[in-house]
Amino acid sequence: MNGAELSPWIALPAAALLVAGGLLALVGSLGLLRLNHFYARIHAPTMGNTLGAGCVLLASMLTSSALAGRPVIHELLITVFLLLTSPVTTMLLMRAAVFRNESGRDRQGDTP
Amino acid sequence: MTLTHRPLLEGLLLAMWLIVNESLALHHWLLGIAFALGIAALMRALRPKIAHPRRLLVALQLSWHVLCDVVRSNLAVGRIILGTLHQQPKIGFMKIPLELRDPHGLAALSVIITATPGTVWAGHDPANNVLTLHVLDLQDEAAWLHTIKQRYERPLMEIFE
Repeated sequence: MNGAELSPWIALPAAALLVAGGLLALVGSLGLLRLNHFYARIHAPTMGNTLGAGCVLLASMLTSSALAGRPVIHELLITVFLLLTSPVTTMLLMRAAVFRNESGRDRQGDTP
Repeated sequence: MTLTHRPLLEGLLLAMWLIVNESLALHHWLLGIAFALGIAALMRALRPKIAHPRRLLVALQLSWHVLCDVVRSNLAVGRIILGTLHQQPKIGFMKIPLELRDPHGLAALSVIITATPGTVWAGHDPANNVLTLHVLDLQDEAAWLHTIKQRYERPLMEIFE
């Protein structure tokens, strides 16, 4: 398996998808740096988790299917698992922050 | 053994097994069916309440809408993050009264809302059936209310209730 046997009709869209996915994840991570409130930052990484990961997985499906000469759909499982797990962590973090604010340990209502 | 429910979980587990093994050979079918039945039986011991989703077409349409919304809000959140140089977004909570009662439907709604960038499920009051939603850029409360109620909750009620 090397890149030489991959036709440009597969390689170019796959490369574009990888760049798009990378950019989405980068902007999402930038949000962690730039947004000034916990409640705002919690929204940022979702970008990399959804469309960012989706682009990378689509690129992976394209290239592996082309290289293997048959449809490879493992990535659909990864998508399903991401979809099932990442919202749970996000909700857990959110609930923890809300509880912390409500319990009054954080007087300004401003979880760092 | 009588079939008291459609073997949905079993089917999904079997499909997962076959996809992971990338094979439709007989022994994979047999092993997959054994695993699917075993795990589904264990699952029912953990959680006896079984979901009865209906209306495949509505579910497919909802999935398509969610996919479109995820793409759209990815771009919107990206724009907000890149715009933080000038101004921080106006974050806020909002309360949304729900009519959906089915626990599986509520779980699906929470995953849809949280998986869409820009909104997070921040809590649910089971007594009054009120959802607390956190929104990254709370400009137009009515629009969010409409999206959650009409675009997500209504089809979920059709599917699960």
